[in-house]
Amino acid sequence: MKGKGLAALVLVLGLVAGCGNNGGSSSGPSSSSSSGGASDSASSSGKVIKIATQSPLSGGSSIQGEAIKLGAQLSMEDHREEFSKLGYSLELVPYDDQGDPKKGVANAEQIGADQAIAGVIGHLNSGVSIPSSVVYEKYNIPMISPASTATEFTDRKLKVANRVVARDDFQGPAGAEYAVKTLGAKNIFVIQDKTAYGQGLAEAFRDAAQKAGATIAGYEGITVGEKDFNGVLNIVQSKKPDFIFFGGMYAEAGLIVKQARDKGITAPFMGGDALDSSGMVEIAADDVVGTLYSSVAVDITKSDSGKAWADKYNQKYGKNPEGYSGYAYDSMSVMLAAIKKSIEDNGGKLPARDKIRDAVRATKDFEGVATKVTFDEIGDNSYAKVFIYKFESASYPGNMISEVSQ
Amino acid sequence: MISSILQTLPQVLIDGLALGAIYAVVALGYTMVYGILELINFAHGEIFMTGAFVGTSVLLLFQSFGWLGGMPAWISYLLIILIAMMFTGALGVGIERVAYRPLRKAPKLISLISAFGVSFVLQDVVRFIAELKTGNYIVSSHSLFNQRITLGTSSLGSIFGDATIKSNTIIILIVALLLMVGLDLFVNRTRWGVAMRAVAQDRETASLMSINVNKVIVLTFFIGSALGGATGVLFAQQYGTIDPYIGFILGMKAFTAAVLGGIGNIRGAIFGGFVIGILEMFASSNLGILTSGNFGAEYKDVFAFMILIIVLIFKPEGLFGKAVKEKV
Repeated sequence: MKGKGLAALVLVLGLVAGCGNNGGSSSGPSSSSSSGGASDSASSSGKVIKIATQSPLSGGSSIQGEAIKLGAQLSMEDHREEFSKLGYSLELVPYDDQGDPKKGVANAEQIGADQAIAGVIGHLNSGVSIPSSVVYEKYNIPMISPASTATEFTDRKLKVANRVVARDDFQGPAGAEYAVKTLGAKNIFVIQDKTAYGQGLAEAFRDAAQKAGATIAGYEGITVGEKDFNGVLNIVQSKKPDFIFFGGMYAEAGLIVKQARDKGITAPFMGGDALDSSGMVEIAADDVVGTLYSSVAVDITKSDSGKAWADKYNQKYGKNPEGYSGYAYDSMSVMLAAIKKSIEDNGGKLPARDKIRDAVRATKDFEGVATKVTFDEIGDNSYAKVFIYKFESASYPGNMISEVSQ
Repeated sequence: MISSILQTLPQVLIDGLALGAIYAVVALGYTMVYGILELINFAHGEIFMTGAFVGTSVLLLFQSFGWLGGMPAWISYLLIILIAMMFTGALGVGIERVAYRPLRKAPKLISLISAFGVSFVLQDVVRFIAELKTGNYIVSSHSLFNQRITLGTSSLGSIFGDATIKSNTIIILIVALLLMVGLDLFVNRTRWGVAMRAVAQDRETASLMSINVNKVIVLTFFIGSALGGATGVLFAQQYGTIDPYIGFILGMKAFTAAVLGGIGNIRGAIFGGFVIGILEMFASSNLGILTSGNFGAEYKDVFAFMILIIVLIFKPEGLFGKAVKEKV
């Protein structure tokens, strides 16, 4: 009887797992085959230029993935007129990469096979952008990522890989510049979580802060998953720093802030973009107030033109833009400007993909809504900035208080 | 060097005692089960974690009904601990019935693997439920007691600095002490305690003396797991944030504490818990100073476990392994 019960349990678990899989995979092809409403207004006037977006439209980060698709779509709508004058109609082809490298690469192969696709906007995750870019390189399809920050994405010097946001290794120095130059921190304590992300960020911060003239009061590590950080905080307390920097995730950062305030440590606390999460507020509650974090995404509503753009976005889609919506819009605008230029240079005919690829890389001083864009020789945006946010009350998100340019 | 160590010593001791008290009570669960069955119940860390989750959900439930304002904080604290103890106690009994009793005659290694299995199942079941309710498996709640008290330890001598203590730390120490003394009295002074000790010494002879061995084992699992659950609540209140994976590392350290004190021995487990807690806190606060910055706080576990290995080389039976004959 016991054996039967166990078998039933296994069966039920199997069913649940099976359902999960089915749900995931069925959403992939359906959304990738649809052309997302953008093609409705595109009547059969002249030849069709297709631009693909690749972002997670299902799964955990689908909100940001959807925002990338919508941002790109809005830019395409804005440029439809220009292109119909040239005799081309534009079409958006949204693909769902599910935040999964395997799916991203499979989609990239499909995109490469479709000769009408001239460029790709995406991906969200660096982990998907990196393997997929190899496929785009094979087919000479230019890609512009509105969100991937990993250094490796452009460090491989691919001809097709570009991004409009800042690199990961600029976050640490940007944080250091803000801490030392703006806040006047002199005695800084650095804590890191021994992961590739946390340690890299903390080391970059430490070196830049030292170069800027601050002393490092201490540099200590913690273990991810632990809950008691009183040991490290006892060292912090005895060193009496005037600034604390943490390289790591929000789960540990929230606890460190809370336990530091419990000990009566009042020095300002700063971390990287991993703290850009509502979880940070949940964990640290009221103690989160005053905590700083850096982010590669701008709060677009801070400028007048950005505000107007956000209103337009809201009007069209009935929701507010996410952090990367503006960058997706700019990525698409840059892509279309490059295509337009290469068409003009080619006497009104759509040139081969490698010409468009080179035109994208040659983008200079392009004024977008979220950022100005100039691609350097490896595809990084020279105008990309890092933005400093502060939790001014115990609510998410924080308030953008400063920006640091390269 | 010495002066800066002494400066933080009062604070290190307080933080270490709080951590050590948690290790000690969890270690009791390992040591009791081992004493009776010679089984290392690796699922015990997960029982502790489940207790933390049950306690937190009861607290959130009280909050949503608005009961918290209606009664003194210590009554709701007590209620939450009791509910969590009942739940994890029953859970422990259930685990024994399903995963260990059928394997009691099997080789020891088989029940050890069964324990690992239970531990994975518990982790994922709790994660599943937590995600279902909140969308995130990291769960936060507010502490019922979070006043800060500054102790004027610097008045003891200028070499010491002041220390701050959270009111919840005091509660942890009191509750842990009550649980330990209660268990000690139960084992040494009651009929059931005598039965437990008898089963621990020789299961077959005990059953010949008309002791219901199965009942004693069930009782052991109930008490051990209830203690683990109570500690889970204390932990959740102290740190405010829990996830389904807190049981693993903490369970390992509590198990180490039980071995250090001499596994199977109740007082040894308590002592071992405090030693590990204070050593760990001391190491993470002072390793950087002791090694002039070559090894930082991240090596605290290496330091604590090195001490453990050294102790076990010279005293393989643990600190209290032979000094006290009676086992539970």
